[in-house]
Amino acid sequence: MKRPISMLGAALVAGAALGAGGAWAQQVEQYVPLLTYRTGPYAPSGIPAANGMVDYFKLVNLRGGVNGVRLLVEECETGYDTARSVECYERMKTKNGGAVLIQPWSTGATFAISEKADADKIPVLTLGYGRGDAANGKVFKWVFPLAGNYQLGEDVIVQAIGAREGGLDKLAGKKIAVAYHDSAYGKETLPLLRKRAAMHGFQLIEVPLTPPGLEQKSAWLQIRRDRPDYIILRGYGVMTPTALKEAQSIGFARNRIYGSWWAGSEADTRDLGDNAKGYNAVALQGSANYDAKVIKDILAQLYDKRQGTAGNRDEVGEVLYVRGLMAALFTVEAIRTAQEHFKKAGQRVTGEEVRWALENLNITQQRIDELGFNAILRPIRTSCADHMGSYVARISTWDGKRWGISSDWMEANRALVDEVDNESSARYAKEHNITPRTCNE
Amino acid sequence: MLYRENGQFKASYRSDQQVFPILQDRIAMVLLLVLAFVVIPLAASEYLFAAILIPFLVMSLAALGLNLLVGYCGQISLGGAAFMAVGAYGAYNFVMRVPGMPLVVALILGGVCAALFGMVFGLPSLRVKGLYLAVATLAAQFFSDWMFLRVRWLTVDSPSGVVGVSDLSVFGVPLESNVARYLFCLTVLVVLALAAKNLVRGAIGREWMAIRDMDVAAAVIGIRPMYAKLSAFAVSSFILGLAGAMWAFFYLGSWEPAAFGLDLSLELLFMIIIGGLGSIMGSFFGAAFIVAVPIVLNQLLPFLASLAGIAVTTTAASHAELIVFGALIVWFLIVEPHGLARLWSTGKEKLRLWPFPY
Repeated sequence: MKRPISMLGAALVAGAALGAGGAWAQQVEQYVPLLTYRTGPYAPSGIPAANGMVDYFKLVNLRGGVNGVRLLVEECETGYDTARSVECYERMKTKNGGAVLIQPWSTGATFAISEKADADKIPVLTLGYGRGDAANGKVFKWVFPLAGNYQLGEDVIVQAIGAREGGLDKLAGKKIAVAYHDSAYGKETLPLLRKRAAMHGFQLIEVPLTPPGLEQKSAWLQIRRDRPDYIILRGYGVMTPTALKEAQSIGFARNRIYGSWWAGSEADTRDLGDNAKGYNAVALQGSANYDAKVIKDILAQLYDKRQGTAGNRDEVGEVLYVRGLMAALFTVEAIRTAQEHFKKAGQRVTGEEVRWALENLNITQQRIDELGFNAILRPIRTSCADHMGSYVARISTWDGKRWGISSDWMEANRALVDEVDNESSARYAKEHNITPRTCNE
Repeated sequence: MLYRENGQFKASYRSDQQVFPILQDRIAMVLLLVLAFVVIPLAASEYLFAAILIPFLVMSLAALGLNLLVGYCGQISLGGAAFMAVGAYGAYNFVMRVPGMPLVVALILGGVCAALFGMVFGLPSLRVKGLYLAVATLAAQFFSDWMFLRVRWLTVDSPSGVVGVSDLSVFGVPLESNVARYLFCLTVLVVLALAAKNLVRGAIGREWMAIRDMDVAAAVIGIRPMYAKLSAFAVSSFILGLAGAMWAFFYLGSWEPAAFGLDLSLELLFMIIIGGLGSIMGSFFGAAFIVAVPIVLNQLLPFLASLAGIAVTTTAASHAELIVFGALIVWFLIVEPHGLARLWSTGKEKLRLWPFPY
């Protein structure tokens, strides 16, 4: 009977020793919980995004934190499961002084968590995913789809196709098929595409792909029969490479396929290599970038000193890694803006203050250059009614080995995107008995 | 010593036929209800309600529903989540389309829709048994997946296919806080569990069990198989539909058809297999196991590892949780193939003799 007691004693002493030490003992810390998925069916997308976020937070902490406040980062593994994401959110939202921002990184989890954000007073940052109509800040007070949403991306794709044809008016009579993930994510942009089809006279062929998307033969037979001129691919996970392989098997030119940003990362095309050469995807501001100053800083200050999060140095600069950097950047800038506005430099801020900051975010080109995100971001300026902050995007193309930018910055048709978002958010407001705010600007 | 029935004589048929004939059982049940209705709302944290208690209550109800079909009537069904989905979307439609619809009525009507759906997909049970019936009910699962994605009328023309509810209230009391939702779910669960227990003790339940044990002999002695099987499907689907509506309204808030996919069907089946087929108590045990153990493991494993001084990444913790969970399931089924409910009743038997060995 003696052994268990002495083992317990040793464990207690070890635990106390580990807990008591630490140079940050007197440091003010801001808790930043992260919902990530490093396991599960979408892990190839989740891992670089998570690594990007954690690496940027480490970089900020190395540089002294946000006005001296260290960021306490904690990951929770969700496996892309909505119920698990909700459980992680509930567990972490009150820890360590409370969460001030939450990023669900999953459309299903966004829908579930944004219901609770109102009551919990925690803003939800959904960078380019989730509810596109949350761009309408009058209805969605606590949700921020910064730097673009699905509707914007689709609009830019249509513009890019138009530019390729020599003008949007030249699209009349053409056929554009949209092969979409048969879920909320895939269906979100159909209203906008239908409006564009009516505006320019092209025929929109809607082809739903059943998730998870391993079996797409029947859909692609239909596409072969209909013979569209272009295909917009709204896939995710294994659906995208399968779709590209099917396109190859029916002989559809990959350079006539435009993917959404979830369908435009290395995980989708790496295995196909040259077979996917020419495949395009919209880049909602973030895109693969190996030359930006922030990338070089991360490599020098983290990876050279073996402090980096990614297992492989080559991951730094990939499409979703850069997107993770962007997500972390917005978090840090929101906390910094909140601190400076509410005169709390060096102290913790609350969820309400960060919400204000996200609604009054003004990231200028000068600041972007300072932070080293030149050529990744454009200036972002949010307001009470506009929770997106920017209406520009670009097209990137896979050259067989890497994703590279292949177009200039294009601005989406604001009127159209706003119209679609407002219709959808009006319906949400009616369903949930929300009176839209009147933003007096 | 503590659990003997000495001196507890029954003077009437009524007292002999009660659900808990032993006094100690009744005392334990009252204490449990006091704990559930009074102590837990006062003592539990918000996180416990939102992440463990409410899912546990709703899943127990769903497992109860499925147990009536699979455990008591012997009809293997892989379509549990489909019936939950029909209940959820049915209740949603009633709430959206009928202004001023009370919540309880909407939930019940959702359950009725699920019962009708269940009876339709229970028709194959009149011709096929066992594994083949499992495949037929799998068709129900895929049909419901397809139906809620493609038929826009069912989601009240929602463009993205995601629907949600808010501002729930019953008899004027708003159900926004976790405590209120917990108490509502608990009330529904207690009422339906009592109803289910009495159903299985009555004539209908005996017909179901006869069909399960030997359906040819049951038909020979005069039990109508069609009536028994379809009523099992109807009652089971009603309870599953109600549970599905509560899952959607109180736990998810906002959901898409993927929330009621095949994974949930299989999870329900695991709950009743591990908990104990053909046992009301087993549904609760199984639901508690499947809902709580992954969360407990998720937090316990990194804690244990940190005691030993090893830092565990979230990926490793997630994988370890799956491994341990799977190993626990295998171990439980080896130790007691009839599930946790059998372990419980064996324990009670031993308790009757305690402190004597025989």
